[in-house]
Amino acid sequence: MGNKLLEMIGVNKRFPGVYALKGVDFNLESGEVHALLGENGAGKSTLMKILGGIYGIDEGEIFIEGKKVQINSVKDAQGYGVSIIHQEIVLVPYLTIAENIYLGREPLNNSGFIDKKIMFENAQKFLDDFDLGLSSSTLVNDLTVAQKQMIEIIKAISFNSKIIVMDEPTSSLSEKEVDFLFNTIRNLKKKGVGMIYISHRMNELMEITDRITVMRDGEYIGTVVTKQTNVDQLISMMVGRELTNYYIRDFGNSGETVLKVDKLSRKGAIDNVSFELKKGEILGFAGLVGAGRSELMKCIFGLDPFDTGDIYVNGKKVSIKNPNDAINNRIAYVTENRKEEGLFLIESVRFNLTIKILDEFLKFFRVNQRYENNVANNYINELSIKTPSTEQAVGNLSGGNQQKVLISRWLATKPKVLILDEPTRGVDVGAKSEIYSIMNRLIKEGVSIIMVSSELPEVINMSDRVAVMWNGRIQKILSRDQFSQETIMHYATGGN
Amino acid sequence: MAQQLSSKKNNFGLGVSLRNYIRENAGILIGLVLLCIIITIVNPNFLSSNNLMNVLRQTSTNLYLAVAMTMIIILGGIDLSVGSVMAVTGVVTTMSIATWGFPVWIAIIIGILVGLLFGAINGYISATTIIPPFIVTLATMNIARGAAYVMTDGQPVRVMSDSFNFIGSGYLFGFLPMPVLYLIIFLIICYIIMNKTKLGRYMYAVGGNPEAARFAGINIKKVKFFAYTFSGFMAAVAGIVLASRMFSGQPTAGNGAELDAIAAVVLGGTSMSGGIGKIGGTVIGALIIGVLSNGLNLMGVSSFWQYIVKGIVILIAVYADVIKRRKAV
Repeated sequence: MGNKLLEMIGVNKRFPGVYALKGVDFNLESGEVHALLGENGAGKSTLMKILGGIYGIDEGEIFIEGKKVQINSVKDAQGYGVSIIHQEIVLVPYLTIAENIYLGREPLNNSGFIDKKIMFENAQKFLDDFDLGLSSSTLVNDLTVAQKQMIEIIKAISFNSKIIVMDEPTSSLSEKEVDFLFNTIRNLKKKGVGMIYISHRMNELMEITDRITVMRDGEYIGTVVTKQTNVDQLISMMVGRELTNYYIRDFGNSGETVLKVDKLSRKGAIDNVSFELKKGEILGFAGLVGAGRSELMKCIFGLDPFDTGDIYVNGKKVSIKNPNDAINNRIAYVTENRKEEGLFLIESVRFNLTIKILDEFLKFFRVNQRYENNVANNYINELSIKTPSTEQAVGNLSGGNQQKVLISRWLATKPKVLILDEPTRGVDVGAKSEIYSIMNRLIKEGVSIIMVSSELPEVINMSDRVAVMWNGRIQKILSRDQFSQETIMHYATGGN
Repeated sequence: MAQQLSSKKNNFGLGVSLRNYIRENAGILIGLVLLCIIITIVNPNFLSSNNLMNVLRQTSTNLYLAVAMTMIIILGGIDLSVGSVMAVTGVVTTMSIATWGFPVWIAIIIGILVGLLFGAINGYISATTIIPPFIVTLATMNIARGAAYVMTDGQPVRVMSDSFNFIGSGYLFGFLPMPVLYLIIFLIICYIIMNKTKLGRYMYAVGGNPEAARFAGINIKKVKFFAYTFSGFMAAVAGIVLASRMFSGQPTAGNGAELDAIAAVVLGGTSMSGGIGKIGGTVIGALIIGVLSNGLNLMGVSSFWQYIVKGIVILIAVYADVIKRRKAV
């Protein structure tokens, strides 16, 4: 580690009605990976947006390499060598890699036209530096998510950035791609770049970061050296109390088979998949990204057609051709992409919650809004969804509360089989624990849950059994006494 | 649980709705009032009951189209064919009477069926293929307009029938123009659909996030099919009423009417990207357009200049609305 790259002292930021940052301190040394950790709404993003010039600062000082700076715009920030890689990828899909890297600052030749040769050559140098094996003339649209993330990082480096902020960079990466990203980060460390790393994934923070700063409710809580801390300490710093029992799960006896999937196949997605789900159990589905887990669930829920195979509910063969067939068989599916495929972000909590149960409020053909409001309020109380009112637009809620709204929508259909696809992705620790306790309660009430998850600790601690998928197939179904990260990864990578 | 449900009461009274309505549409309402004041100052005749009924009658044709257009735009679509469908339904209806000698009520049913057919075609293709609705309805716009010309050889079809003329030119109780009566009925129906029924909910859902609607098991095709078919129906109503008022079916009728309808929808605060909008806003939007052209007529501004003024007003109004909304967020 080297000299101080960045120092933010006593940063204050107020929004109408919200005191977002209360005298936050933060510093970053060159060649360091410094994590910012906190529940959603803790103020991490606000702090980074001030650093990136998106928000102005109310009070406080920023020093970069010892010099006091004023950051009033994104351009200013870039001028001081600050780059932010946002959670959502902001590349233009139908331009090449080179054009994306140099977007807005294309090298020109003497006659004022874009000097394509230089542009492609320079971009290629960067790609080769990182050993990506890509051509700079490839369209961004043809890249995988991980590759796009790499291009974002290269773009940041091409600005000669000294400070790179990464906001949840691994949220859509597979295990292998994460390794690749971490190698890149280690390379950048050697070059003296300082990185601010925002993530909820504890095991990643433990692996890649040097120091961790925890924030809560807009306040600075503390900074710890990663090697000298542990997950429990971090969690208690984040939530302000000891979470004695993070995973809430009472294991009981599971009952008869409620759902049986027999030799299901869909070309290019899933291959001869069979499993049974028992009453009152959580069946975990582990596997790497692209193993076919979500594809399988979409077939079961009628979103995608399958070529061969049968589905049985309570021993009876059923025909599921669309989601309504599945819903009529008391199957519900909570998607992994709640913003894209789950919620109507501009609509209210009530709208999102009741969209599947409008029939219950129908009087003749009119929706009885009074009754509807009460039902929505009941779910808000029951799942402790934090929202000012039923009429709040769902897009304004935190990730955890959005997820609870989506789960409520499906609980309202009174499912017997609940498929949860990455139920705690992008959800903060407190809400995570609440979602686990909701799952635990549902199991006791006799609901059966299929939980697709890429977080191994979650799979191991919550499931009765785990089905490990690889390459469209179920490679192995493990019982509780066989669980371990190692065995699951063994089967997830194609082992026998 | 049932007790808990009934104990919590919310106020959904008329007063609250009205207050919300005014608050939601404050911007364009102020615009509309200002417009009326300016016109009245220049020409006090504007406020005469005769003239006001005239404005309503002229606005009603646009609103027939615009209420259905509101649904379609909320759905994330567009219907460019309505102006041409107006023409073809007007022509078919008047020809049914004048050329083929059908009774008036059968002729009207035939006209409405033609409108429904065009709407259903738009709806079917838009719902089941990946052709964008802009293209689908651009095509049917041409087909319908062409059909109207072919059938009439480009000539107006005159109708001499008192009962047919009454449809567009008659009055209820001697003061309420028939077109305004239909308008009130359709506005109530559309308001109920959009705000009180499952179908309306689903329109907001499909327009707000089509993927999420699919994952929620909403039958997107059915919702789209309904909206376009309804739009065809409303275009037929507009076409028949207009033909009745002009005592003839004109193959040139409704030229550019789709654009006035879209303008009314957009002025009313509906988002062209779908998911956001209200029938109530569209009513004010259409009134602004109607009052503006009536006022310009009263001031003696030539119709050529009126286009230019209308264009500028639309730009300013929508821009002001966008700014207001951004501040609200």
